[in-house]
Amino acid sequence: MPGRLAIVFSLSMIGAAVLAGADTPGGERPDLSGTYDVATRTPFQRPKALGEKLTLTQEEAQAVARREASIAARADAASDPNREVPEVGGSGFAGELDVPELDFAAGKVGGYNWFWIDRGSGAFQIDGAWRTSIVIDPPNGRLPPMTPQAQKRAGALAKLFRPNTGTAWWLEAGLNPGPYDDPEIRPLAERCLLGFGSTGGPPMLPVLYNNLKRIVQTEDHVLIFVEMVHDARIVRMNAEHAPPEVRKWLGDSVGRWEGGTLVVDTINFTDRPALANASRNLHVVERFSRIDTDTLLYRFTVEDPTVWTAPWSGEYVWPASDQRVYEYACHEANYSFRGILGGARVLETEMEGKTGEE
Amino acid sequence: MKFTLGVFTAVCAMGLAAMPAAAQSSKSEIARLANGKPDLNGIWQALNSANYDIERHMARASLQLREGPHGPLPDVPLLRLGAVGAVPGGMGVVEGGKIPYTPEAAAKREENRKNWLDRDPEIKCYLPGVPRANYMPFPFQIFHNENSIFIAYEFAGATREIYTEDVGPAETDSWMGQSVGRWEGDTLVVDVSGLNDQTWLDRSGTHHSYKMRVTERYTPIGPNHLQYEAVIEDPEVFTRSWKISMPLYRRIEEGARLMDFKCVEFVEELIYGEYRRKPLER
Repeated sequence: MPGRLAIVFSLSMIGAAVLAGADTPGGERPDLSGTYDVATRTPFQRPKALGEKLTLTQEEAQAVARREASIAARADAASDPNREVPEVGGSGFAGELDVPELDFAAGKVGGYNWFWIDRGSGAFQIDGAWRTSIVIDPPNGRLPPMTPQAQKRAGALAKLFRPNTGTAWWLEAGLNPGPYDDPEIRPLAERCLLGFGSTGGPPMLPVLYNNLKRIVQTEDHVLIFVEMVHDARIVRMNAEHAPPEVRKWLGDSVGRWEGGTLVVDTINFTDRPALANASRNLHVVERFSRIDTDTLLYRFTVEDPTVWTAPWSGEYVWPASDQRVYEYACHEANYSFRGILGGARVLETEMEGKTGEE
Repeated sequence: MKFTLGVFTAVCAMGLAAMPAAAQSSKSEIARLANGKPDLNGIWQALNSANYDIERHMARASLQLREGPHGPLPDVPLLRLGAVGAVPGGMGVVEGGKIPYTPEAAAKREENRKNWLDRDPEIKCYLPGVPRANYMPFPFQIFHNENSIFIAYEFAGATREIYTEDVGPAETDSWMGQSVGRWEGDTLVVDVSGLNDQTWLDRSGTHHSYKMRVTERYTPIGPNHLQYEAVIEDPEVFTRSWKISMPLYRRIEEGARLMDFKCVEFVEELIYGEYRRKPLER
């Protein structure tokens, strides 16, 4: 795949491209219209070991690129048609590589390879320097602590997720309601309501695949089309927010120009925003500006005092793409959702049969 | 009557030209982009009964009927909807009134009508396809600048990019198809191909195959109206091409906007309810 080679190539170009400042001087309004591929291998939160280190040296960046290239080479390799049946519980390469995404994406029990995963071809630079994370504030690149209430909520949610053991473990654990009892308690992405990982946001974050964004800017609106689950964010320019009883899956977004920067303010979320752990009180301010003709700088600040003890901010670049966005019809063929719920009923019947319950 | 005459007299007396509404629209009243093309930006909506039945039709008791002792009655699952479940009449949007089905396709349409509740993809909140998306009872918003045209629909959060350059044949079939637009004077002509065979054209079983091609024409006929036409070709299902035509109205009220209507969450009980741990009464 040519995309993987680009990691090495772009690293060799360090220093060649010094990026212009974020805000266009003189207040001229740029046209942000275009298609952007926001995939990046740069992590959302910074690895703890890096502390407050915002950028990588060329040597460090090359080391990361070598590791990524090695993972990608193995993950993209054709599956061995003569491989043995994996052992119960899985013995796949995911564990060996220590890449948590692979546990889900390729599967430890014989998922084929990374054919359908697209985390982009490299890391991103701002002002010519490789960044260590998307989150830049707090300075350690990690989300601030959650409030006790939010920690409790997140803890309860975490109890609902376990690796598939092939049994109705939630009955043994005494969970009521169980994690598969009703469609409404499943993750929004499983239900085809929103893409996973805050791809539609806001804030709009890079995810495992389908990372295209399409912007069409007009005088009084900016459309931000999110590839996954065909979500159209409609930003009303110089408008007032809808009254608080009007809540939206992607929140209510109004925009204004500050010089050459499009500032989008979003509130009025539902009880379950795309952003993990966020609540209906989420408030996101996004700033879009042009770095050059092929690149946007995307910056955002997240506030939700009922969830995080402080606001936090991040930034990353959106490179233009010549790809077209294909239709992401999710709900129309969500056969696996029926399988998830129906499968849980089968496991429950098996377990209840064994334990002699109803 | 007296009142009308009075107004008429007053207008004449004031020396104003009382022009018919249609004649008041002229090319100069159409909003335009800097490049001179009509500006299609706005929130638009059809105002007719085409989503019930695109053909000319009288009002009827229900979308799914059974035989009663004195004529058709609503089928059992729809009975309790009463007047809300009835179909409003309409002069139809099909030029000539009738769709030129092949005999087999006409029979399938009748089957579809008898099984409307099971078969209409709108009920399951599936992407509505083209042209149906344009005349559902929901608004849609056109985003239009000199290089791009994009349509967002309220129903099911459906979307379409209308490419303004040749992108070649559709690489895969999809619910909303591949749309490629060009201008003929003040008319935006959109060729839609790559549509799958899963969508309907109304709640009355109007169906098509994956070979359907739709040629749409959007023509401003005033500051707040577009004339919408769609020529439909599908040799598997129709004996010739045929055309639908209707005005689209701008939603002019203050604060008009698309609301959320993802609708996936509204059909989960219908589609998945039987798989709940404790199924509800169904």
